[in-house]
Amino acid sequence: MLSIRNLSKTFSAAGEPVHVLRGVDLDLKAGERVALTGESGSGKSTLLHLIAGLDAADGGTIRLAGIEVTELSDAGRAGLRRDRIGLVFQQFNLIPSLSVADNLAFQARIAGRHDAAWSGELVERLGLGSLLKRYPEQLSGGQQQRVAIGRALAIKPSLLLADEPTGNLDEDTAEDVLALTRDLVARTGCGFLMVTHSLHLAGTLDRHLTLHAGRIA
Amino acid sequence: MRRALWVLAVLLSHWRRHKMQFATLLIGLIAATALWSGVQAINQQARNAYDRAAATFGGVRTAMLVAPDAASFSQDLFVRLRRAGWPVSPVLEGRIQVNGRPVRLLGIDPVTLPADVGNAPRLGAADLSSFVALPGQTLVAKETLTDLQEQEGTAPPISSGAKLPPLRVLPQLVPDVLVVDIGVAQRLLNKPDQLSRLLIGKPKGKPASLQSVVGDALQRVEPNAETELERLTDSFHLNLTAFGLLSFFVGLFIVNSAVGLAFEQRLPMLRTLRACGASARLVNSVLVVELVALALVAGLIGLVCGYFIAAALLPDVAASLRGLYGAQIPGQLTLRPEWWLAGIGISVAGALVAAATSLIKAIRMPVLATAQPYAWQQRQRRWLILQSLAACAVFAVALGLLQYGVSLIAGFGVLAALMLGAALILPAFLEIILLAGQRSARGPLALWFWADSRQQLSGLSLALMALLLALAVNVGVSTMVETFSRTFVGWLDGRLAADVYISTSDNAQGVAIRNWLKERDDVQAILSGGRAETQVRGQPVELLGLPDHALYRERWPLLEAAPRAWTQLVPGNAAFISEQLSRRLNIRVGDVIDVPTPGGSWELDIAGIYADYGNPKGQLTVNVAALIRHFPQTPQTRIGLIVARANIPGLIAAMQSQFGLDDRSVADQATVKAESIRIFNRTFAVTSALNAFTLGVAGIALLTSLLTLANSRLPQLAPLWAIGITRPRLAAIELTKTLSVALFTSLLAVPLGLLVAWCLIAIVNVKAFGWRLPFHVFPLQLVELVAVALVASLLAALLPMIRLARMQPANLVKVFANER
Repeated sequence: MLSIRNLSKTFSAAGEPVHVLRGVDLDLKAGERVALTGESGSGKSTLLHLIAGLDAADGGTIRLAGIEVTELSDAGRAGLRRDRIGLVFQQFNLIPSLSVADNLAFQARIAGRHDAAWSGELVERLGLGSLLKRYPEQLSGGQQQRVAIGRALAIKPSLLLADEPTGNLDEDTAEDVLALTRDLVARTGCGFLMVTHSLHLAGTLDRHLTLHAGRIA
Repeated sequence: MRRALWVLAVLLSHWRRHKMQFATLLIGLIAATALWSGVQAINQQARNAYDRAAATFGGVRTAMLVAPDAASFSQDLFVRLRRAGWPVSPVLEGRIQVNGRPVRLLGIDPVTLPADVGNAPRLGAADLSSFVALPGQTLVAKETLTDLQEQEGTAPPISSGAKLPPLRVLPQLVPDVLVVDIGVAQRLLNKPDQLSRLLIGKPKGKPASLQSVVGDALQRVEPNAETELERLTDSFHLNLTAFGLLSFFVGLFIVNSAVGLAFEQRLPMLRTLRACGASARLVNSVLVVELVALALVAGLIGLVCGYFIAAALLPDVAASLRGLYGAQIPGQLTLRPEWWLAGIGISVAGALVAAATSLIKAIRMPVLATAQPYAWQQRQRRWLILQSLAACAVFAVALGLLQYGVSLIAGFGVLAALMLGAALILPAFLEIILLAGQRSARGPLALWFWADSRQQLSGLSLALMALLLALAVNVGVSTMVETFSRTFVGWLDGRLAADVYISTSDNAQGVAIRNWLKERDDVQAILSGGRAETQVRGQPVELLGLPDHALYRERWPLLEAAPRAWTQLVPGNAAFISEQLSRRLNIRVGDVIDVPTPGGSWELDIAGIYADYGNPKGQLTVNVAALIRHFPQTPQTRIGLIVARANIPGLIAAMQSQFGLDDRSVADQATVKAESIRIFNRTFAVTSALNAFTLGVAGIALLTSLLTLANSRLPQLAPLWAIGITRPRLAAIELTKTLSVALFTSLLAVPLGLLVAWCLIAIVNVKAFGWRLPFHVFPLQLVELVAVALVASLLAALLPMIRLARMQPANLVKVFANER
């Protein structure tokens, strides 16, 4: 479902090139749940951004559901994200001007794939029924992250990418949120790639990869 | 001290990283200072000119003796007073024409001229003999010499044929005045042994009483702090000041927006400084020092810009003051040190006022305060309610002023309250519209469009208020000017009844021309008019004499009239009164007015009221024969002719050839009308320029707000981009949002502007000029102004949108990146 070969990315810092990814290879099957760990600055988030088409790779290939991501135009990558990828960030990145209900439905409506029954199920399973009229700033961190997960899964994506989704949450809340995510991912059958610093949380997924010196160790 | 400098360096480092924000702050302060100082420079220049005029060898700044009927009197009275120990000095004043141009001729006696007469230009001892001894000298201002197209040292002839003494430039002299020795003036004005007034110097002892020396022949007029001209022009300068103030506030909106954003962005920095041991007092003091330093720099640049703005506008302002009030303002700008100091002061004060909210927040901020803002909705709702309540209070003040205010200041107060109230209520108005849009939205993007517009409102509201005020002023002033323009043109059509106008050099030439015209078949009627001046109830009044002719009955428009008004005029015991004089003296049709004349009081029934736009003096129109009976000295030099259109060029050419008349002395109706309209248009040129400036500053306010908001909006936009909305589409949506709120603001500005126009026409103009115009609305002009506002908004929104559309994904990714 996701196949990455020889992926590389270099940034420039104070005029000096910094090789963040140096030939990453990675395969992820449909329904597989993979944790990606690594020290700070090892390139975990960069890898996620390249897969999502948020940034362009310098070399290598990314193939997602039969589509060559690195060959897509900006608009093509936007379409891929809209229709196939669910994204969850550490900072939640909800739309502050929209209510919880509107945030949950936002991506699905944009993609033209709003499924009322599925949305209702998400609301119920994420425990958001009583919060639908609230705004993001009126929610706790855990509640906001549940909304972000609901928004990402509302389109029934092929791949859910999560960048430190529990980084801003306490341990108990993090466990709860991740458990919910695992269940919902299993329910949709999509692939799940999560960047995390927590070895404990990484251990709860199907596979655990470590990124070191720009390569999968 | 070192600690303070270190804190200052830390604070200033913010601007190094936020150059656009820094530029925004400076632009706001520079624009505010420049427009305010520019207007003040113009006002100061005009007031200096009034002072010069008032002080010219004893104007109203000096105590003087005049005849009760304001006519000339015998020189013998001067001799008797000097002998009785009165330190008086004689002045004779009249009007002459030099090279076809009318100028004031002042005759003085430099020997007896008291040293303490106002701040009149002095004649040096060496110059005194050349001034008095033959051939004498004619003192003249440099600009008048240029206007007369003469050189220093020449002795040009006046219209009677007599020659002036050689011209000599006296720099401090007021324009359009020639000063000669009194004997020369008596000869040139053909008033032997006659004087206009006696200036009173400081008495050494106690002279005999005035009554005992001259009886009732003369009366004392005490010096006046404010001249008639100053009173008349007060409204004009108040108008300019209002424009300057408006621009100043619009500029401060920019500063407020920039400082507010910088404060929000520097909150973590301030907390860190406090956490590192810098006391709250130190941090706050350095914040003020930083702001004052920036204000000083921007103030200086603003002053230089203000000087150039003033220099650019001054010719049009001078033309306006000449056209409206007959005031002579030199075209070259001279500024006093207090102008520079006031400019710097206003820049610093403005910066402190604009930053007050942020500074107070900084002072009150607890050291461990969180960086999270309040929930935007709650915060916004509370502010909207408070602002709406304040707006209602301000509207109530406007209503109160409208109901009970009587002065011109009250009129401007109504305008100011109206605009302030509208600005305060604008966010609530926009919130209602955007909420309605959000509720009716169907698609997710449409929903986000409205919801995000609402959220953005608090950040844009100040800039939108600036746009509202600028556009409302533009609509108001443009409607007023257009109304005035159309009314004026229609009024001119009626007032310029004759086909050809002739101005003869003197009565003799007038008689010769009239006799010559009577012999010509192509002249259908000769309409001889005349003008005299007097004072009625302390007001300067011009008496206009018209002949009895059917043409006037058909074409001269009357605002109010008694039955058979024109017939009542013929015997000479009735008059029409100009609108402004009728308002000043509170005289209506049917009232009776006493006019002082050289032969005693002239009682006139008021038979009609007519519009007399642009005339600073009050005017009474009477039958010309009656005027000459009561004012025998009235020059009979004005002639109007009724001539078939085809015969006009031939007749004018014949007259010019026969009597040596130039283009200024004889003109057809079309030429006079074109000249009047040209003067009219020039009069309002400065208004148009200030309108454009104000709208331009509002555009800059919107641009700077959008630019400063652009960075803080990335966290709102990046998730949408991550979800799959392309950058160009996001940019297009952002552009549409800005244009939408600008459109809604513009639509509110239209009724507000029409209210402003109504206030200007029905309150301010009536109080300032004494006339009221009919109120008209010009839909096409409104559409044009809204379009201009939208184009300004489009231009303001374009740059941030282009930046967004071209933004590197890396910048958007940064929003999500916790690490790399």
